[in-house]
This record gives sequence, C-alpha cells and structure tokens, in this order.
Amino acid sequence: MKPFFEQTLKNSARGAARLRWLIAPLLALVAALIALSFGRYPLSVWETMHFLAAATGLASMEPERFALLYNVIVDIRLPRVLAAILIGAALSVSGAAYQALFRNPLVSPGILGVLAGASAGAALGILLDGSWLVIQAGAFVMGLAAVGIGVGIAHLFGGGSIIMLILGGILSGALFASLLTVVKYVADPYNQLPAIVYWLMGSLGHANFNDTTWAAIPITAGIVLLCLMGRALDALSMGDDEARALGVPVMTVRLATIAIATLISAMTVSIAGMIGWIGLIVPHFARLLVGPGNARLLPAAASLGAAFLLFADGLARNLFTAELPIGIVTEILGIPIFLIVLHRVRRGWT
Amino acid sequence: MRLAARDISFAYGSRPVLSGADLALSAGELALLLGVNGAGKSTLLKVMLGLQRPGRGTVTIDGEPLARRRRRELARLIAYVPQVHAAPFPYTVRQVAMMGRLPATGIFKAPGAADLASVARVLEHLRIDHLAERPYTEISGGERQLTLIARALAQEARLLVMDEPLAGLDYGNQVRLLKRLQGLAADGYGVLMTTHDPNLPLSGCQRVALLIDGRIAADGSPGEVLTPEAIHRLYGVRVDLLRTADGRGIAFRPADRSIRFSIS
Repeated sequence: MKPFFEQTLKNSARGAARLRWLIAPLLALVAALIALSFGRYPLSVWETMHFLAAATGLASMEPERFALLYNVIVDIRLPRVLAAILIGAALSVSGAAYQALFRNPLVSPGILGVLAGASAGAALGILLDGSWLVIQAGAFVMGLAAVGIGVGIAHLFGGGSIIMLILGGILSGALFASLLTVVKYVADPYNQLPAIVYWLMGSLGHANFNDTTWAAIPITAGIVLLCLMGRALDALSMGDDEARALGVPVMTVRLATIAIATLISAMTVSIAGMIGWIGLIVPHFARLLVGPGNARLLPAAASLGAAFLLFADGLARNLFTAELPIGIVTEILGIPIFLIVLHRVRRGWT
Repeated sequence: MRLAARDISFAYGSRPVLSGADLALSAGELALLLGVNGAGKSTLLKVMLGLQRPGRGTVTIDGEPLARRRRRELARLIAYVPQVHAAPFPYTVRQVAMMGRLPATGIFKAPGAADLASVARVLEHLRIDHLAERPYTEISGGERQLTLIARALAQEARLLVMDEPLAGLDYGNQVRLLKRLQGLAADGYGVLMTTHDPNLPLSGCQRVALLIDGRIAADGSPGEVLTPEAIHRLYGVRVDLLRTADGRGIAFRPADRSIRFSIS
C-alpha cells in the first residue's frame, strides 16, 4: 500500500512541477486585469472582463456604458498596461539572458552601460530640444552607443572574453555617467534640470498608444528571439570551450544576445525612463518557479517581469493621490527583495 | 575512427607551448597523456578538439582536416570532458546531460522523447540515474565528473577527450572512475585523458604518451614507455619501479632514500 501511495504522490508532484511554467503567465494575466480595473474610476474585475467580452463581440453592453468604459479602459489605462507589460518583460528577459551569458546571477541588463548611456542621451535630449521624440531618440541612440563602446573596448583588448566585456561596460558606463553630470551642470536649473531629474526617476505616465504600439513590435520580437536562445545560453553558461565543443556558435550567440538585450533595454528607457532592479530580481524568482534551465526560465522571467511591473505601477498610481515615479517604487520594492535573493545566492549559487 | 594531430606548434603570444607535437587517438583505446604543469597538455587537447587553432600542423579525423568540418558535426564525433568546475547555476544532473543532445537537435529545437530516452540511458549506464534531479552544484566532485562524462556520452561521440578527469577526486572515486573509463574503452569508445600520476598508466591502459618540451617524447604501451629513466626525464625525480615476484612493474616510488615509505 505504502509504495503505491508514494508513487502516486511522486507522480502528482511531478505533474504539478510540469504545470509550474503556467503560474507566471497566469499571474501576468491577473495583474493585467487588475491594472485595467484599478484607478480613479474604480471598476470591478468582472466589469472589466465584461467590457473585454463586449469589445470582442462575445457579450452585449449598453452603448453609453460601453463608450464610458472604452474611454477609461482602452484610451486611458490600456497604453499604460501595455507599456508595463512590455517593459517588465523586456528588462526581465534581458536580465535573465545576461545572467547566463556572464555566468553571474547578480548581473543586470545595465552591466554593459546601456542604462547609463540612455540616461545621458535622454538628458541631452531635454537640454537640446525637450520634445518627447528627441528625448526618446537620444535615449535609444546613446544607450546603443554606450554598449557599442563597451564591447569595442573589450574587443580591442581581449577578443570579447567575459571579464573584458564587464570592464568595457564599467568604463563606458562611467564615461556616460560623467557625460550626464556635464549635461546636468549646463542645464537651466529652473526648468531643464528638474525635467532631467524627474525623467531619470522613470514613469509610465508618458506612454501613449502610438509610442507603445510602435515599440511593441521590436520589443516582442526581441523577447521571442532571446527565449529561443535558451538552450544555447545553458551551454554558454558552462564555459566557452564547453559550449563550442557542444557545437554552439559561441561568438554569434553572445553578440546576438548582447545586441538584442541592448536594443530592447534601450527601448524601455526611451518609453519610460530608468526603471531599476527588475532585470536583476525577477530572473531569480523565475528560477524559483521553473528552475535554472534557460529554455523555460526566459519565458517565465518575461511573464513574471510583466506581472511585477504591473504591480509596481499599480502602487505608483494608487498609493498616494499624486503619482509616484515608478523608478522609485521598483527601487523601494527591490531592496528587500534583493536581500531575499542574496540569501539564496549565498546558499550555493556561487 | 581516428583523431590525429600532426606536427602541432602553438604559442601563447611569444611564449611557445607546443613545438611539433604528434598524438593520435583511436576508438577502443584508453590513452594517457603525461606531462609536468604547464607542459601544454590541456593546450594539446584543445587543439585536438578544434577549440584552439595551432600555429602550425594539422589535426585530422579519419584523414580529413578538422577545420573543414562544421562545429556541430564535429560535436557528434568528438566530445570534451573538462576538469570538474562549479557551475554558476544549479542545473540538475539531467539538464547538464541534456546539453549533450545540443549537437543532435541544434540550439533552437527542444529535446524530444528520443533525446530524453537517450539521456536516461546514459545516466543509467554510468549509474548516476538516482542523481538525475539533483542540482549539479550540490553533488560531490566525483559525481560532477560523472555528470560531465554523461553529457559527453549523450553527444554519441565515439572519441572522448578528458582534461584531468581524476584530479580533485578522492582515492575511492579515482579508482571507480578509472574502472568506468576502462569500461568505456572496452565498449569501443576512444578515451584520451591527461594525468599527473605516473602510476595510473600501470593499471590497465593501452597507450601512454609523454609530453616534454612541447613535443611527444615517447608514445606506446606503458611497458615500453614508462621506465624509471623516462619518469626522471619527465619530472626530474629519480624513481624505482616496484615489481611483483614474476617481474611485472606495478608502481613507481621515489628513489630518494631520505623519504621513508615503508609501513611497519
């Protein structure tokens, strides 16, 4: 009798483990529904679902009520929710891919200088012009430039080894950080300087439907491509020679991962400014959920990151009457969560 | 199947490591490569695996230059077993072994039922199937080495190139692993491994090669190659070869009389 029970227990545990990958996407879905419902004009989740059913023609709703909800849900809340999903997913999947690539669970998407470059670029945009388009373009272009310089330095000295890449990233990050200081110093202290400071704190409030849909295509494509590289990243995280001996094109995978992660990270900065900690923390929770294998980890990190940023944005919007910059929320949430992560890392992840 | 390196020269910058080394490995033999620290043993292995491009010389597999084969194709012929290391992430033993299926599936395709079955078979063959779901970071050095060997076997390559597989293992694990490696050679695998222990070749390997000053100074059966003079040339230490009553050499022992070895 006993062995039978044990066997059944084992089987059901294994079955549960097989379904664990579903948890993260479900969390993201629930978080999205809640985010669409909460706000100045509170709705119940059922109302939101009823509206969505009506919008897709599955249910009927009074035209007046429908128009009101359309305005609240689609015009006001949806762009923000989409932006949160895209940014949370992009930063988390980039962070997870970088952690495998650099063989270090404490690496974040900013390690090669993309965030420093993007901040300097956005600040320069505010200084020169101040229009939203110029700020976005500045953030994007200088984010790429910073990583380009970092990788360039690495290739100049070490043929792209891990340690040289990290050193190159530190150097280029420092360069753009000093550039940001220069921009802040010359900025007009009454208008431009506060704008720069607020921008650097990050906010999803600027996200409009056009920007978000424009960015959605490349960011989604980038996330999918990174997820496809999961197995190659597994091998790469064991060492270059081992990966090569397993038939993995090491340099191609490494450069492609860096290029894609940089592109999508720079895009998130250009939509919403600096949102820290997500790329560092979320992969660890995804690892708790589905294990370290990157083929499962990367999609899980993407969904979990979307859920986490929706949650953080909910706090940023609803905690006080005035909206908090989301960068502050993720940082305040990030520190205690990071302590938990450190605790785990000490337990044999070194 | 035969992997052969001919006249290999290699330098790190201006420091020459190999100068005209020849070494070959055939399926079905257990071959040992001996050399002092820094002699270039690992470098020679990496050149033979195609991971380092030699300055001069060629590596061929069944007569065809290695450089002409695609990496993925090569990975199905030759497998690399590195020195035991710590992985940064707690992949399970099964996940590490599954990496060995990458050459067969390609990097974008998920492993299928056949791959799962092949990995299960390999873990069973090495008798580590009970460890399958344990994290690689939390098992012993000997078990990690077996896991890396399982990954190599999952590649279904006939030739296994191992960098000091016995280093860092306790005595019991060394003996057990050596037995496994002899078993693999008997099953038709070609195993080339580096070692520091001159006594190791005396216990059942077919070939031993000595790497001295960047070239292979001797290559043959342990009986021909391993003389006290050769050990002195290799390590700069005088040794005696202990023999059984019927004259078979069984172990080297330092000849320095100031070291006392006997157990009374």
